[in-house]
Amino acid sequence: MIEVKHITKSFDGKTILHNVDATFYTGKTNLIIGQSGSGKTVLMKSIVGLVRPEEGEILYDGRDLMKMDQAQIKHLREEIGMLFQGSALFDSETVLGNVMFPLNMFTDMSPAQMKERAQFCLERVNLKGADKKYPAELSGGMQKRVAIARAIALNPKYLFCDEPNSGLDPKTSILIDELLSDITHEYNITTIINTHDMNSVLGIGENIVFINKGYREWVGDKQEIYQTTNEALNEFVFATDLFQKVKQYIIQNAHR
Amino acid sequence: MSRVFTIPDKWKVFCSRTIFEITKLGVDSIPLVMIISVFIGAVIAIQMQLNISSPLIPSYSVGLATRDIVLLEFSNSILCLILAGKVGSNIASEIGTMRVTEQIDALEIMGVNSCNFLVLPKVVGFVLFMPVLVAFCIATSLFGGFGVAVFTDLISVSRYVYGLQALFQEWYVWYGFIKSLFFAFIISSISSFCGYYVRGGALEVGKASTNAVVSSSIFILLMDVVLTKLLLQ
Ligand SMILES: Nc1ncnc2c1ncn2[C@@H]1O[C@H](COP(=O)(O)OP(=O)(O)OP(=O)(O)O)[C@@H](O)[C@H]1O
Ligand SMILES: [Mg+2]
Repeated sequence: MIEVKHITKSFDGKTILHNVDATFYTGKTNLIIGQSGSGKTVLMKSIVGLVRPEEGEILYDGRDLMKMDQAQIKHLREEIGMLFQGSALFDSETVLGNVMFPLNMFTDMSPAQMKERAQFCLERVNLKGADKKYPAELSGGMQKRVAIARAIALNPKYLFCDEPNSGLDPKTSILIDELLSDITHEYNITTIINTHDMNSVLGIGENIVFINKGYREWVGDKQEIYQTTNEALNEFVFATDLFQKVKQYIIQNAHR
Repeated sequence: MSRVFTIPDKWKVFCSRTIFEITKLGVDSIPLVMIISVFIGAVIAIQMQLNISSPLIPSYSVGLATRDIVLLEFSNSILCLILAGKVGSNIASEIGTMRVTEQIDALEIMGVNSCNFLVLPKVVGFVLFMPVLVAFCIATSLFGGFGVAVFTDLISVSRYVYGLQALFQEWYVWYGFIKSLFFAFIISSISSFCGYYVRGGALEVGKASTNAVVSSSIFILLMDVVLTKLLLQ
């Protein structure tokens, strides 16, 4: 469980996060949603410590990140896997090299064991036979999947994904969502996903935190989101005609 | 700074990365060094011959002057200015790209000390290999001058070779090597710094790589004056 307590962060005098509180549960897919520019990435980077908030507490199962020294942070990070908005694969390494990288840095496995583990992770994300390719030779969706494989290589306790399905077609997005959801439940990971894709929200949102202009507006799950009376959230989630119709349909059916 | 010069997390990884950097930054520069040296060596020999052809000056001076110019200045300072262009921009753009595509953040998230992991092998590798480049440079430049003696009738071969050996001061060789080590450190560390602190996108990576070349060149020239004053007086 990760608890975030009244985090405030500003850049150049402009406050991006205002006193944000949130709880992210173990074994659940926790979603952070919000408009582009609302501060999702900044929030996620604050939680993992890449950005240092001015105020607040970030508790990883009770351990406060803000009070840790370099060595403790380093130790904690070995339990963290993260998928960046732009994949952030190492260009100079092959797909296999990328997935083996954390194993090589943090375990004493033999090369054969590492290769086996890396191949297992790649299989887990449905990527076989691309071992020897370089990131530049892969499509966006494949890069994301390699990044997921790399993030789960060390069996993390906490998995962070910054927009895992931005720029992907709906079908691939759903595959990736299901994959993340499966991994979360299978290994009992605390997974936090940034997204503004409504398909993911309504598909895998077990605990949804809505960020609006740097404030935490709303918390709930995918059922509750249909009944919300929060204006900003309604406007955001049901912005398109299609989702308006879906909402009405679901509400009508519920009343029958 | 202190994050760069800490003990690597894993020696095996550090060693293999250092060897990789030696190949990339050092060995791959050998052809460039040799091409430049052979031509500059030839030009120095010709110019010496044209400028000091006087009955008062012994004819072996051409070899001697060529040798001293190469040992004192060309094989270290000038060579490093050229390498600042090749190696410096390479390092800055590589690290800068890793920064703007979040690869450095990805390293940090895994718990890797990214400064140490990326920068130290480059600095150590390049500094270690620099003397080899200098040696190649000296040998090929003098060979370039020798080529002039062989293929033209400006200088006689025996006079040139005699000049190369005349009044030899061993300290000049050491002086050149010592200077080059400082310069190699300047190039690799300043360029890494420029790349590591890039903010923004591809445009800034380009600027960082230009900055890296300009600042390392200036520092090399400053250091050149300081070291020459310290070492040759
Ligand atoms: N390093 C930084 N320096 C200054 N401002 C920043 C920095 N990082 C983010 N910001 C600002 O913080 C705000 C929120 O950015 P953030 O990247 O968190 O948005 P986001 O919710 O992730 O959007 P998107 O969905 O488009 O990724 C933006 O207005 C941005 O300009
Ligand atoms: Mg973002």
